[in-house]
Amino acid sequence: MLKSLSSLKKVAVLGAFAAAGFAQVASASTTLESVKEKGYLSCGVSTGLAGFSNPDDKGIWNGLDVDVCRAVAAATLKDASKVKFVPLNAKERFTALQSGEIDVLSRNTTWTLTRDASLGLNFTGVSYYDGQGFMVKKGLGVKSAKDLDGASVCIQAGTTTELNLADYFRTNGMEYQPVVFDTSDGTAKGFDAGRCDVLTSDQSQLYALRTRLTKPDAAVVLPDVISKEPLGPLVRQGDDLWFNIVKWSLAAMINAEELGLSSENITAKKESTDPGVRRLLGIDGPKGKGINLDDEWALRIIEQVGNYDEVFQRNVGVDSPLQIDRGLNALWSDGGILYAPPFR
Amino acid sequence: MIEQELKMIPAREPPKMAVGTIAWLRGNLFTGPLGTAAILLIIYGLILTVPPLVQWLFLDATWFGASSEACDREGACWAFITARLDQFIYGFYPSEEYWRPNLFFAQLAVLVGWLSIKSTPWKKWVLGYSLVIMPVVSWFLLYGDIFGLAKVDTHQWGGLMLTLLLALCGMIASLPFGVLLALGRRSDMPVIRSLCTAYIELWRGVPLITVLFMASVMLPLFMPVEVSFDKLLRAMIGIIMFQSAYMAEVVRGGLQAIPKGQFEAFDSLGLSYWQGMIMIVLPQAMRLVIPGVVNTFIALFKDTSLVLVIGLFDLLAIIQAGLNDPKWLGNSIEGYLFAGFVFWIFCFGMSKYSQRLEQQLHQGH
Repeated sequence: MLKSLSSLKKVAVLGAFAAAGFAQVASASTTLESVKEKGYLSCGVSTGLAGFSNPDDKGIWNGLDVDVCRAVAAATLKDASKVKFVPLNAKERFTALQSGEIDVLSRNTTWTLTRDASLGLNFTGVSYYDGQGFMVKKGLGVKSAKDLDGASVCIQAGTTTELNLADYFRTNGMEYQPVVFDTSDGTAKGFDAGRCDVLTSDQSQLYALRTRLTKPDAAVVLPDVISKEPLGPLVRQGDDLWFNIVKWSLAAMINAEELGLSSENITAKKESTDPGVRRLLGIDGPKGKGINLDDEWALRIIEQVGNYDEVFQRNVGVDSPLQIDRGLNALWSDGGILYAPPFR
Repeated sequence: MIEQELKMIPAREPPKMAVGTIAWLRGNLFTGPLGTAAILLIIYGLILTVPPLVQWLFLDATWFGASSEACDREGACWAFITARLDQFIYGFYPSEEYWRPNLFFAQLAVLVGWLSIKSTPWKKWVLGYSLVIMPVVSWFLLYGDIFGLAKVDTHQWGGLMLTLLLALCGMIASLPFGVLLALGRRSDMPVIRSLCTAYIELWRGVPLITVLFMASVMLPLFMPVEVSFDKLLRAMIGIIMFQSAYMAEVVRGGLQAIPKGQFEAFDSLGLSYWQGMIMIVLPQAMRLVIPGVVNTFIALFKDTSLVLVIGLFDLLAIIQAGLNDPKWLGNSIEGYLFAGFVFWIFCFGMSKYSQRLEQQLHQGH
């Protein structure tokens, strides 16, 4: 018995060595080099989430998460179209990144301590501030989530939404009647059929679900948000250069909006004398040296993908059927919390 | 003797209630008070459901359009299907290369037709081609990167094409493996027997979804980073290993039905084990298990849609992805109906084909 235990230990030690060996192999060549060598960026996205990543009629991927990857490709490979999108479901997304199958994971993933710290992965920033909200029928006359005492609530089973809902009603001393469905489509159908007064889900999802109702105008999304769901792209730990590239690609889009640069006016702005604009476009300032890219990397992102506002409106905002307000995702200077460190 | 003209009584019509439509109705539908009540109830149900269904499915339906807005919500929105039909069939395959999947479909249709029509010659060669050469040819045709064909990476494959590919490769590969495993499990050699039994029991004991998860999530962690093993290939291998175990048990059922005398007969004729198996036992056994084999095939065909959990876009998954296009939100009923219809066509076709095969191979004993 003892002997078998000690041999087990040996196996475990060997296994640990083998794992360390693999980890070394992973860091031996940097992600940037391997991406340039492959000639394309491998980007993990969802298998279909309206406004964030979904294939269109022609099979071209669209969405906010998709555009984050396109920006990284524009910065590193000089071509926003050189991205291979790998559709992943919620369970395999982290493994795909850990195992090196993908270079960036941009799949509406909430930034939490566990995910950031114990998975060997790093969040590079926030591309969309989401939060759990409520949708009610206009006829009810409800103005705030605090008026929902005694309501029946449609929810999707087995999600954090369910836990957040229970927490929220308990802390506010209110009662509710859960009506549980196994898909988000089911919750929308149930809400439409009048089986519940309220539908709860992430706000970005609520807007998508609202368009499926028979009378979308008769429902309204309440302004209250009961949980924090900051969504952002992730990379593997241990490659700080790559981490910085992804982080600053996103920051470039946000800074571009702040400086009034867009894909439409970028050619005119190349002549600008504004020092902020000149630094972002790589004419003055830090340029691309620190992150091993050429000086025009941020310029290409704006040219080929656009600034954050363009990306937002195109995919989830006024130019899309989802019609989501900027809300929290407005710039810090416009009453939101979107804030990117400066280019200096 | 008085000559009497013998005359037949002219034939009279049978009672009205005993022939024709009325008799059929009485005999089959309105057999008694209970039967009549049941029939009337069913007719009432049909009247209630069929006209609105037809109205929704066809009369009020919108057939063409560029987005959900083209559809009024009165009838079905088939525009969702027609606008994305190419994608549902070919996945993300580049449209200028559609002739390659088309050629693959055509080849498949010809082979199936050839094998199911009785009078066509060279059946054995065609069967051999379908089982051995066709998979290889199809792979190179679709993947390319050879003979000047452009390379189309497997992550661009999808839709009906991928469903058919997964099902076909599972069917074609699992049959020989299944036969070998079945023979192994009935073998007299203890090592082979226990190995085969262990394999079958292990793979049959886990759900396919676990096998696919293992193949897609766990396997890459065990391999060095540079070795990227194609996800589709991993799924295919998983399906084949899984399916072989099931097939083995179906074939073993057939082997057990062969009387012991047949085995003794080929022994006494001096045939070797393999000669006897190939010439005497297996042909009889395989004929017996056709329903079971086709049953497994149909189950496999439907099981392939499980690959959507590992992010492969088979027919069902690509329809689901389409449902999430902001332009096309709210068409889930149409999408799922279409998926169900396509799956039904193929499964029904397979079932009909197997019935034909049974008749053709029936030996009258």
